Amino acid sequence: MGSTQLPTPGINGTGLDQQSPAGGSSSDPAAEMIQLLGPDGKLGTDPVFSDYAKRLDPEQLRGFYADMAKVRRFDQEATALQRQGELALWVPLTGQEAAQIGSGRATQRQDYIFPTYREHGVALTRDVDLAELLKLFRGISNGGWDPTENNFHLYTLVLAAQTLHSVGYAMGIQRDQKLAEANGSNDPKAAVVAYFGDGASSEGDVHESMVFAASYNAPVVFFCQNNHWAISVPTEVQTKVPLFNRAKGYGFPGIRVDGNDVIAVHAVTEWALEHAREGRGPVLIEAYTYRVGAHTTADDPTKYRETAEETAWRGKDPLDRLEKYLRNEGLADDAFFEQVKVDGDKLAAHVRSTTQSLQGPDFRESFAGVYAEPHPLVAEELAWFEEYSAGFEGDEEEGTSN
Amino acid sequence: MSTMTIAKAINEGLRASLTNNPKSLLMGEDIGPLGGVYRVTDGLVREFGVDRVVDTPLAESGIVGTAIGLALRGYRPICEIQFDGFVFPGFNQITTQLAKMHSRSGGKLTVPVVIRIPYGGGIGSIEHHSESPEALFAHTAGLRIITPSNAHDAYWMIQQAVDCTDPVIFFEPKRRYWLKGEVDTDAPGPASDPFQAHVLREGSDATIVAYGPLVPVALAAAAAAEEDGRSIEVIDLRSISPIDFDTVTASAKKTGRLIVAHEAPTFGGIGGEISARISERAFLHLEAPVIRVGGFHMPYPVAKVEEDYLPDIDKLLEALDRSLAY
Repeated sequence: MGSTQLPTPGINGTGLDQQSPAGGSSSDPAAEMIQLLGPDGKLGTDPVFSDYAKRLDPEQLRGFYADMAKVRRFDQEATALQRQGELALWVPLTGQEAAQIGSGRATQRQDYIFPTYREHGVALTRDVDLAELLKLFRGISNGGWDPTENNFHLYTLVLAAQTLHSVGYAMGIQRDQKLAEANGSNDPKAAVVAYFGDGASSEGDVHESMVFAASYNAPVVFFCQNNHWAISVPTEVQTKVPLFNRAKGYGFPGIRVDGNDVIAVHAVTEWALEHAREGRGPVLIEAYTYRVGAHTTADDPTKYRETAEETAWRGKDPLDRLEKYLRNEGLADDAFFEQVKVDGDKLAAHVRSTTQSLQGPDFRESFAGVYAEPHPLVAEELAWFEEYSAGFEGDEEEGTSN
Repeated sequence: MSTMTIAKAINEGLRASLTNNPKSLLMGEDIGPLGGVYRVTDGLVREFGVDRVVDTPLAESGIVGTAIGLALRGYRPICEIQFDGFVFPGFNQITTQLAKMHSRSGGKLTVPVVIRIPYGGGIGSIEHHSESPEALFAHTAGLRIITPSNAHDAYWMIQQAVDCTDPVIFFEPKRRYWLKGEVDTDAPGPASDPFQAHVLREGSDATIVAYGPLVPVALAAAAAAEEDGRSIEVIDLRSISPIDFDTVTASAKKTGRLIVAHEAPTFGGIGGEISARISERAFLHLEAPVIRVGGFHMPYPVAKVEEDYLPDIDKLLEALDRSLAY
């Protein structure tokens, strides 16, 4: 259920002063965590965020479920593709669907998103073709999609580097909006969402990004998915205080939300984005969730954690609880859930066939992207490679290659 | 034509960029009311305001990282790193993010960020204030690295860096900030490509290649050698990445003897790269091995002994003697 110790919209950060930290322990999050939809599928209330939840119509709620189911099905397919040798690596998101769909669906088209590398659910909400995500993991591209098309940046693998890019981008938005307002423009205001995890929260770039964001009051929402494990190291090694409490030290609001409750995540992110877009500065959201699967397909969680813990978290599954709610309220029937399954299989088939058809680029293309302007060394090395390659022409036909 | 110091020329170049390109902005520590520790940005915040001349928190990764974000939004940030030895907290952002963004996006994204770094020794300063880390950046594809040696180049090359679509590291020879020179602010003149080397002095017996702070030293050494009847060609490299090998090769073929001088340690340095390339391109024209004159394989020494560390006229003359006697 929602806590009464919440930041209040309209109070720039100072609402946090009423929010009590949990005495330096992150072991009992319930008392300070925003939750609307419990694991039992019952919708609770919250003095601030219930109003946001009330904005959701049944169509949107069904959409949340469909999105979560779709991306989970996608995750299974990608994992299978990796096991079958079609992908070099896969980073599963199962368990984190609500954190990603709830926050992603709270963004608007003009907002810009900087993911880490596990935000497949957010990508779905930004209309990125999920098959494009696999190019990176198939080893045929270091990017894979055009970030400017859907305002969804490329995945960043050096942890937390993108949190600074987010703040810089938000500083650019501030300047653009100042100019637009001076010109009498009515364009909708924009904000940035920076995704990172509990592991990355230890990186210096997260600290610097929060310092810069606070100093310039930048319109950025820091969205930390605390999935409890940075590969094999538990959150307790990264932090001795609940992560959302760190915001207080920088002077902006921090909120912990049940990351497996899609309704609460959506409400809290909408609130934070409004806060940012209205020029009231950054917000840190800690989505309290769990990485049910392995860190990557190369990981083995049995080496470092108990299955009992995984089982306990499966009991808090984000899809199960929304399904219960939709059925209890009569908002969705068997036909709906059957259709969701069909759509998921259709997406999986699309992803599978697209992935299998994705061929590696011609190595020569690697030379083209190094610089935007002509570069003599790159040109010289390409010319050498062309000449070198030409020496092998015809070899394959004669069967002497390799 | 007007006479100004290199520091003033960069200041005027930045002013011109800010005036001509509304998307450009300066970021760095103490660059606002103070005008930077070397006063290179003096007066600019008064003229262009705090949105375009941004005093940042004291965090180099933050400066470069937010500059990347601004560039992704369509801006052209010009970052000042206060001293050479302080660039390393930003090294990750420069090498793993800034340098690769264009490539990893398949050419869809550009990040036209300029990073200004005062570099080099000879100012009697304390630890971390006298270093020459250019080779560390030159090894990273995706970056361009240029360094002016005179006021006219300083004025134009900083503007060319801002106009460049690729990220540019702009190394400023800090001990030459107060070196005066003629600047033609109307036109950059012929051979204005910032990635092209300039032959500053023609000669026939040997060639000295230098850049940044050592260019005046190379010219002085050539003048001293002339008194002994030696005709020395001097090349100002200007661009460290890419390197204008055509100009250097042509000179090496002409004189047959090549000396490369830089303050940075010779091991793994730019001189080694030039030496290797010239041996590949002009082997049969060389009368002597390419000789490098540079720093030693040690942390930059304390100021009281830096004279022994730095390449100077005598060290260049000694290298010329060795080359000519080979």
